[in-house]
Amino acid sequence: MTDQTNNTDQSFSFDELPDAPPKRKIKLSWPGKIGIVIVLFWSLIVVIGPSISPYHEADILDEELFIVPGSDEMYPDTDFQPPSKIVYFGSDYIGRDLLSRILYGARTTIGISVLATLLAYLIGVTAGIAASVGSRYLDMGLSRVNDALLSIPSIMFALVLIAALNSPGIFWLILITGFIYAASVFRIARSLGQEVMVADFVEAAKVRGEGLWWIITREILPNIAMPLATDFGLRFVWVILFISSLSFLGLGVQPPMSDWGSMVKENLPGLVLGSYAPLMPAFAIASLTISVNMIVDDLSAATGGKLAKRMIS
Amino acid sequence: MSALLEVDNLRISARNDDDELIPIVKGVSFNVARGEVVALIGESGSGKTTIALSSLGYTKPGLEFTGGEVRLEGEDVISMGSDQLRGLRGQRVAYLAQSAAATFNPALTIGEQVTETCVLHGILTQEEADARAETLYKALELPDPDRLGKRYPHQVSGGQLQRLMAATALCGKPDLLVLDEPTTALDVTTQIEVLKAFKSVIKQEGAAAIYVTHDLSVVAQIADHIVVLYAGEIQEHGTAEQVVSKPTHDYTRRLMHAVRPPPAAGQGDETSDAHHRKAPALEVKDLLAGYGRIQGGLPAITVLRDVNVAIERGHSVGIIGESGCGKSTLARVMAGLLPAAKGQVLLDGEELKPALQQRKREELQKVQFVFQMADTALNPRQRIDHILGRPLEFYLGLKGEEKRRRIGELLDMVELPQEFAGRYPEELSGGQKQRINLARALAASPEVLLCDEVISALDSIVGANVIELLKRLRKQTGVSFVFISHDLSTVASFADEIVVLYAGRVVEKGTTDEVLSPPYHPYTRLLISSVPELRVGWLEETMGTQEAQAGIDRVVTLKEKGCPFFDRCPMAIEGTCDEETPPVRKLAGNHAIECHRSEAEFAH
Repeated sequence: MTDQTNNTDQSFSFDELPDAPPKRKIKLSWPGKIGIVIVLFWSLIVVIGPSISPYHEADILDEELFIVPGSDEMYPDTDFQPPSKIVYFGSDYIGRDLLSRILYGARTTIGISVLATLLAYLIGVTAGIAASVGSRYLDMGLSRVNDALLSIPSIMFALVLIAALNSPGIFWLILITGFIYAASVFRIARSLGQEVMVADFVEAAKVRGEGLWWIITREILPNIAMPLATDFGLRFVWVILFISSLSFLGLGVQPPMSDWGSMVKENLPGLVLGSYAPLMPAFAIASLTISVNMIVDDLSAATGGKLAKRMIS
Repeated sequence: MSALLEVDNLRISARNDDDELIPIVKGVSFNVARGEVVALIGESGSGKTTIALSSLGYTKPGLEFTGGEVRLEGEDVISMGSDQLRGLRGQRVAYLAQSAAATFNPALTIGEQVTETCVLHGILTQEEADARAETLYKALELPDPDRLGKRYPHQVSGGQLQRLMAATALCGKPDLLVLDEPTTALDVTTQIEVLKAFKSVIKQEGAAAIYVTHDLSVVAQIADHIVVLYAGEIQEHGTAEQVVSKPTHDYTRRLMHAVRPPPAAGQGDETSDAHHRKAPALEVKDLLAGYGRIQGGLPAITVLRDVNVAIERGHSVGIIGESGCGKSTLARVMAGLLPAAKGQVLLDGEELKPALQQRKREELQKVQFVFQMADTALNPRQRIDHILGRPLEFYLGLKGEEKRRRIGELLDMVELPQEFAGRYPEELSGGQKQRINLARALAASPEVLLCDEVISALDSIVGANVIELLKRLRKQTGVSFVFISHDLSTVASFADEIVVLYAGRVVEKGTTDEVLSPPYHPYTRLLISSVPELRVGWLEETMGTQEAQAGIDRVVTLKEKGCPFFDRCPMAIEGTCDEETPPVRKLAGNHAIECHRSEAEFAH
């Protein structure tokens, strides 16, 4: 069959032209690179935060620390102090060091959010894949339950659950958040799974006689991993905001533990006094969530814009 | 006459990851005069669509103009600003995309979409546009022109939709039409109709056109000039007559060689009985199958009825018919993907369970399915050695060194280099992927290979190579092939038996020679006469003589009684053909035709 080519002129042969340029690699934009640096920074703080912080998160600083040398004011105010050498970021509404609380709070806020998001993924992806490969009735059942969950405003839902359990602590906070977010993960996992499920290569595996487990682990999961990873980033951001909102409402992390959301709330009165106290944790939340968003933007650009549509939920 | 469009030393490049420019179009020049059709022909990747789009001042994302000019009536369109381009596009230059089904918005009526562009551009008022659309429907020989505009896209056939696209483009009286493979996805019988309509309407309107295609025999019918492209360079440029009858360039000759000769008797491979045994390798008996819930033994939508096909060992059976006739459904029933409602599937004379979940692994191994689109049939996340290795492991229990060696042999068999084992599917071209797709099916050491339109998505040269490969594999392995295609010439060049399906019924079957020579079933005759021939003037001749003019491009209807071909058949007998199921007439050999007419009547 190559005899046709061989007798053509030597300067070039008519080889089969390549189909399409190879798929683009993930290319990080400037905001994406900055995002990665910030996320890495916060990850580091999660690990070493408490050991480098000047005070403990619950320490109410002594008045003596704030005595200005040469002044005869023996009992100075310790709350809402501006940044100084004693308190680098200033102090909060009862005179605790803000920097220390932010460093400690990173572990609480990020830790809870990561665990809750992972839990949401565990539940959501398992159920979503089950719905996309299972029978019509299983899909129907799971989807309707999911619709019901989605129809309840998540904050309300969480508030009711937490109130019913009488402010039960961090473990339950993670469980409730993970459960609530599993509903939206389910939707994405199911639609991604369904799309791959009807692909010819899955059909080819079925004709070969492959079992369900093989089809799920070898054919479906590798093909939905990338979009799911992208979605994980976004979901993580929402969970941070969700946990922070709960804390802000006083139902999340309980004092004296620090958490960025509750720090914003408890220091709000400082705003009228011209204090930076509520802005510092708010800035911490913003820097982390925006950074994750920037990375997700780059990821989803690499996987093709399709994803964006699905993620609006 | 001065040229309407002058493409002058056009250069277009793509930017890769390292910000280097890779030339895609390398200095192409040609002219399009008023009222003239210029065809751009070449394989995918030759830059033909890129060049055609440049006349709209447009490049696909990632590409950029790096040199040359494209002048429309002396004005360079590349340097135009977006305001000027807005005036140009859709108004002076109109574009017709390949797939009409994907272009039309299913939520709007046809009339709204046809008239939208010219009303938007302010060329015509809505009333004028509606009137113009109606004239165009008539010119394009669309049915029911005065009410067509009120209908929705899903209510007309694929061929009609394709013609409606032309109406959309022509509504604003553009100077230049750009047609991008407008007939590639169509059945032959539909294609011929669409071609005819395009040709006459272009002549009537006096518009110029750029016609992009990879099919030389289509080009011969419609183009005045042909530009042959390869890898972004012009290989040959001349009038249609010149290029088709006296090609001067090797590449053109190679393209012409890849055009399969019109289907005729005596092309098929000789039948070899070397592997013959008593029972056929695969047989279906009295098959009834369809989609939807089965109630009272009948599925909600019946696709196949009374189908009897036997595939002898080592034979290749071509299954042919228009889209929607049930040929893919037949393959799916054989593979067990779609359980039949009634009837049997026999492997080596033993009945197979209808659903594949109930079939034994050895049974599954013997019948392998080759999917139509290699792009989607290979898991993009698996390396080639995993794709080929899995069936080896799964059916034959091969492991380690033995498996690797066998993968190497399989790659050899489909004429691919060994290094491909370490690649991912996206690193291969379309033809190479199709070879891997075949190799995967062969890896199971099957007895029957079900090939569903395996070359339909490939360029003519690549497709011709794959056919050669299939022929060789058949001789080498003694595997029986079921070869499904809508392209009669492909089937004729490969199969030694042909089954003609129409609306889910077998209307004719026999050896390739028997089916492709008289006596014909009227439908087979229509199919044969609709395959374009590689010569100028064929279209006019055929349309003039075709007895079945009325039979072209109707919606295929699945009926419960009578002959399904009744309303398209030039030989139909009123009162008989529409009422009674036609008898199967056994002719010489295994030749059978399902028709009310007698053998003597077929002959003329």
